[in-house]
Parts: sequence; structure tokens; C-alpha cells
Amino acid sequence: MEYVARLARINLTEEEANAFQKQLDDVLKYVEKLRQADVSRVEAAAHALPIFNVFREDAASEWFTAEQALSNAPRKANDLFIVPKVVE
Amino acid sequence: MRCEPASKRWMEKSALISLDMDAAAKEAEEANVDLPLGGVPVAIKDIINVMGQPCTCGSKILHGYRATYDATVIRKLRAAGAIPFGKTNLDEFAMGSSTENSAMKLTRNPWDLTRVPGGSSGGSAAAVAADAAFGALGSDTGGSIRQPAALSGVVGFKPTYGRVSRFGLVAFASSLDQIGPLTKTVRDSALIMNAIAGHDPQDSTSLNEPVPDYAAKLGNDLRGVTVGLAEGIHDRRDRPAGESRD
Repeated sequence: MEYVARLARINLTEEEANAFQKQLDDVLKYVEKLRQADVSRVEAAAHALPIFNVFREDAASEWFTAEQALSNAPRKANDLFIVPKVVE
Repeated sequence: MRCEPASKRWMEKSALISLDMDAAAKEAEEANVDLPLGGVPVAIKDIINVMGQPCTCGSKILHGYRATYDATVIRKLRAAGAIPFGKTNLDEFAMGSSTENSAMKLTRNPWDLTRVPGGSSGGSAAAVAADAAFGALGSDTGGSIRQPAALSGVVGFKPTYGRVSRFGLVAFASSLDQIGPLTKTVRDSALIMNAIAGHDPQDSTSLNEPVPDYAAKLGNDLRGVTVGLAEGIHDRRDRPAGESRD
């Protein structure tokens, strides 16, 4: 639990960690139930529609301007987003 | 039982998160009424991007955000003459079934203000039920159009996956999400489907098949029509609600 919390960058009290630990166990136990289903005669369905490998031509086209793309950015400079450092 | 829904004006406040009446009035003045939806006001679930309007998804996370582009469904609605005039309330990021899980406001059921309108497209359902919009767009991942439509006494339609472009819809579960109409009548839903359905290169799971004229197919005799039920889903329909959750 501590490891997951650290990855998500959230601080948990001991009480919260215990509560979430139990909830996480419940979820994992519930997912474990899926193994009980007999799917030996069920065809695997990756997707509802027979659509594969949709490509477009690798050609430049009119799209957002840098100004439009950055219009919601809290911080920006030189046509780039400025974001907090997340790698350690 | 016959009853009247809550007043249109009250529901506008309750069901809509934001309104762009200045832009809508301008569009209405210039509307081409010869188009299939010429000048028709349509409310949009606040999880679909409408250029220049906020898109909160019912969450405080997106406070201050304004869409920089139109979703494909909005572009198509505009091409059919419709006016997307405001954004409707929803459960946060469409995750809920009552519209109580919105960080923005509480939307009531216009037929009974002590009840929920359903969700997550509850604002769209309530706006249509209260006549605050001719029709509305919602999105449905696991019932989010059909269930609020049922609870609010309007028509709701989840199109087959791939029929309507998801480009510009904030994703919940990409392989299940579909945008669809909520309206007063089946014919109105058919008219909106005529406008929004069709292939879109911007959505790689969009179906590249001809689109039927939905409205032209209405009014036929339903005798002899076969309704199919997927057994894997429906063979346990008698199980009491909640049992699966222990």
C-alpha cells in the first residue's frame, strides 16, 4: 500500500492506509472470482467491430496553432508547456 | 398519472452547468431554417468539447478550461443547422448513475424534485424533460443515456459502437463509450442521429459503413420484427439487484 501511495504521490495516514489496504484486497479478491468462469468455449472478443490497423497518410495538415494548443496552459514559454518536474 | 415537469427556467439553472446565450442568439439570427435542424437549440453533455465553451466534465479539475476545438458531433450538428447553446450536468467524468456525483451542482428530476434524474447524462435528460432544450447529446458507456432517459421520461438512444464519432468526447472507457441523443420523441432522436452518425477519420474505431436515413425508417409496421437478446448478458436477468456485489 505504501508503495502504491508513493507511486501516486499521495500521503496517507496509517488509518487511511489500513482502510485502503482492505479495499484493495477486496477488489483483488473480486477480480480473482473471474477465474472461476468457464470461458473454454467462448471465442475471445478483442473488439466489437472488425476494424484493424487504421492509418492515415503521413502528411502535414492544418490543425491547432501553437497559440490555440497553449490557450489553457497554466504556464508556458517559447510555445511550450511548462510542467512541474516529476522524474526523480 | 399525469403531471407537469418543473418550470423550464428553473430547470435551466438545475440541469445546465454553463450557457452561451450571446453566441446562441447570434447563431439563431443567422440560422438557415431549411437545414434539417436549422435554428434548433441542442444542449450538450459537459463532457463533449464545444469550441470556446467550458468543458468541466462535472469536475473541479477542469475549472477554467475552455475547449479549443469542436467535437465531431458538434461540427456535424452545426452543419445540420443546430445551435449548441449550453452544457449539461453529469456525474463527474460520467462515473455515476444519478448525477449526484457532480462537483458542480445537483440536478433534480423535473417530474419530482425530490428525485434524481438518473445519470450520468442526467442534466441532458432533465433539460429535455423540462423543455429547456429541443434535444440533447449524452454519452453512454454502461447505461448513461438510456437510464436517465428512462428515469426522466424522455427518449434516449445509445447507437451501436462505432456509429458516432467519439472525437472530442472526454473518454470514460474508450471501447464502450458512444455519444447519442436524448429527445422528446423517437423522431427527434432519428433527426439528431441523421446529423451526428457516420465515419470520422479522427476516431480510429469509427465504423466506415453507409448511414441509413433514420427518420425515413420510422412509422413502419413492427410485426414480424425479431428482437435479439445476447444470452450471456441476459440469461441471469431474474437475479435480484445487488446480489452480484455480495
